[in-house]
Amino acid sequence: MNVLDWIVLLGTMLGIAAYGTWRTRHTDHLDTYLKGNRTTKWGTIGLSVMATQASTITYLSLPGQAYESGIAFIQNYFGLPLALIIVCAVFLPIYRKLGVYTAYEYLGRRFDAKTRLLGATLFLLQRGIQSGITIYAPAIILSTVMGWQLELTIVFTGLLVIVYTVTGGSAAVNLTQKWQMAVIFGGMVTAFVVLLMKLPADATHIAGAMGKLQAVDFTPDLERRYTLWSGLLGGLFLSLSYFGTDQSQVQRYIGGAALREGRLGLMFNAVFKIPMQFFIVMLGALLFVFYQFQPDTPVFFNQTEWRRHLEGSDAAKFRALEAKHAGLHAQRTAAARAWVLARDRGDAASESSARAAMAGAQKKVEAVRKEAKDALVAANPLAKTKDSDYVFITFILTQLPHGVIGLLIAVMFASALSSKAGELNALGTTSTIDLWRHFRPLAAHDEARNVRNAKRFTALWGLFAISFALFVGFAENLIEFLNIVASIFYPALLGVFIVAFFLKKVGGSAVFWGALAAQLVVIGIFVFGKVYPAREIGYLWLNPIGCAACVTFSLALQAVLPSRTDAAGG
Amino acid sequence: MRDRDDSALRSTRSTSEPHDETPGVPGFRTWRGVYWFVFACFVLVVVALTIFSRVFA
Repeated sequence: MNVLDWIVLLGTMLGIAAYGTWRTRHTDHLDTYLKGNRTTKWGTIGLSVMATQASTITYLSLPGQAYESGIAFIQNYFGLPLALIIVCAVFLPIYRKLGVYTAYEYLGRRFDAKTRLLGATLFLLQRGIQSGITIYAPAIILSTVMGWQLELTIVFTGLLVIVYTVTGGSAAVNLTQKWQMAVIFGGMVTAFVVLLMKLPADATHIAGAMGKLQAVDFTPDLERRYTLWSGLLGGLFLSLSYFGTDQSQVQRYIGGAALREGRLGLMFNAVFKIPMQFFIVMLGALLFVFYQFQPDTPVFFNQTEWRRHLEGSDAAKFRALEAKHAGLHAQRTAAARAWVLARDRGDAASESSARAAMAGAQKKVEAVRKEAKDALVAANPLAKTKDSDYVFITFILTQLPHGVIGLLIAVMFASALSSKAGELNALGTTSTIDLWRHFRPLAAHDEARNVRNAKRFTALWGLFAISFALFVGFAENLIEFLNIVASIFYPALLGVFIVAFFLKKVGGSAVFWGALAAQLVVIGIFVFGKVYPAREIGYLWLNPIGCAACVTFSLALQAVLPSRTDAAGG
Repeated sequence: MRDRDDSALRSTRSTSEPHDETPGVPGFRTWRGVYWFVFACFVLVVVALTIFSRVFA
C-alpha cells in the first residue's frame, strides 16, 4: 500500500465514522437510540439489513470458497426470500403494532418472563461470542497479509465502531451502514471489472469445464452440505430465525417512518440478496480461471506464512515444492489453452480428451498443494493450512492499481464495522430492555437513565468483543464452528416464535419446556453425527428438525399441563 | 411468572398504524401483490441459475 491507498482507506473509514458520530451526537431519546430515526426510509433500512448480515467473511472468504469448491454455496441463500416474505407478513406487523424494542420483549408479552429471558439469553450468548469473531476474522487475515500487528488492528477496529455506535445508537448504525455499503458496492464492482479485463475470452466456459459453476444441485442427499433442498428448507428456517428472531436484524427494520418502510426494506433484500451473493461467488470462480493462466500463481496463498518457511531450516524442501508446483501449474495452463483451442475448433473428440487432460492437470496441482500444506504442518503442527481466505486479498494486493487497493481494503473494514455495529447495537439494547429493565422495572420511566444504560451496555459488549478477539487466535475453524452453533441454538428459539405467532392456545410453561426439550434433541442429533460420521446430516437440516421438535413438544406439553399454565400473555 | 415490564409504558409504545396499509409501489395495490412479485423474482432467479449450471456444465 502506498500513500494514496492509505488516504483512501483512512479517509473513507474515519470519514464515515466521524460523520455518523457528528450527525447523531444529540441522540438522547430512547426510541431514536434503540430504533433509529423515525424518518428512516426503506432504502436505508434495506441497506442496513444487508450490511448487518454481510460481514467481511462475505467479501473476503466467499470468493476463496468459490475458488476452491465452486459456486454451490449460493444455494444456502435460497430460503432467504421466502423467509423475508414471512417476516414481512407476520413478524414485522406484530412487532410494530406492539411497539417493542426487542423481539424477546414480544415473548414476554405473549408468554411470560422466563420465556423472554430464555430468548434474550440465547441471543446474548450466541451473538456476544459472534461479535468477537466479526472483528477477529478480518483482522487476522489483513494483519497477516499487510504485516500489521494483529492486536492493534483488532483494537483500532473495535474502538472505532464503539465510538459511533455508543454515541448515536441505531440512528448512527443506520446512517453509517448506508455509506459503508456504498463503499462496499463501489469497491467490489471495481475489483470485478478489473478482473474481467484480465481474463481470457472463454473464462466462464473454463470455470464451467472445471466444475466451478454448478450453482444448483437437485440431488436429494441429506449428507451433502449444499443442495437445492437443504438450501430451500434448511435455509428457510435458518433465515427465518436470523431475520425474525435475531435482535441484530429485528432492530434494523422495526424502526422507520412507517410499517411500509420496514416491509419494503426487507423486500429489497429478498429480491437482491441472491444476485448479490451470486456476483461474489462468481468473482471467486473467475479468480480460479485467472490463476489458471497467471505464471506466478503461488502454491500456498498465505504467502506470509509460506515465506517464513522459505527462510527456515527446511528451506530446501519448501523450494522443491514451489518448483514442483510451478512445473505442474505450467502443464495445467497448457492443458487449459489446449481445451480452449479444441473447443473453438468445434472438434468434440479432441475437446473431450483436452477436458480430461485439464482435469488431470488440476488434480496434480491440488495434490502438490496438499503436499505443501502437509509440509507446513510437519514444520509447525500449529500452522494454519486454510489458504482460501487469502485468494482474493492476494489478487487485490498484486493485481489492482494503487488507490483501488486502498478502496478494497476499505471494503473489508467497512463490512467489519457495519456488521459489528449492528451486533453491538442489538446486544446493548437487549441487555438494557430484556435484562436490566426486567430486574429494575421502576427505572422504565426514566428515559435518560435508560439511554445512559443502553450506551454503557453497548460499550461493555464492544470491549468484550475486543477482548474475545484478542484471545481467540487458537481456533482456526472457529468461524465454521460458530455457524454450526447457530444452527444448533437458533431452531428452538424459532420454534418458540412460531408457537407465539401461530398457536395461540399454547402457554408459557409449555413452550419453555418444549424449547428446552427440542434443544436437547438437536444437540443429541449433532452429537450422534459426530460419534457416527457416516450418519451425520448437513447442519442446515438441524434448523427445520429443531423447530418442528419445539412446536411438537409445546403442543404435547400444553395438552398434558394443568390448565392454570395456559397462555399467560395472550 | 408474568413479565414485569411496565404496562403503562407498553400502551404508549404501541402504534396505531394500519396493519395492511397500501404498499405505495407503482403497479401494486396490496402487499399480497408485492409478495407474489418477490416470489416470482425468486423462482426466476433459481430457474436462471439452473439453466446457467446446465449451460456451463
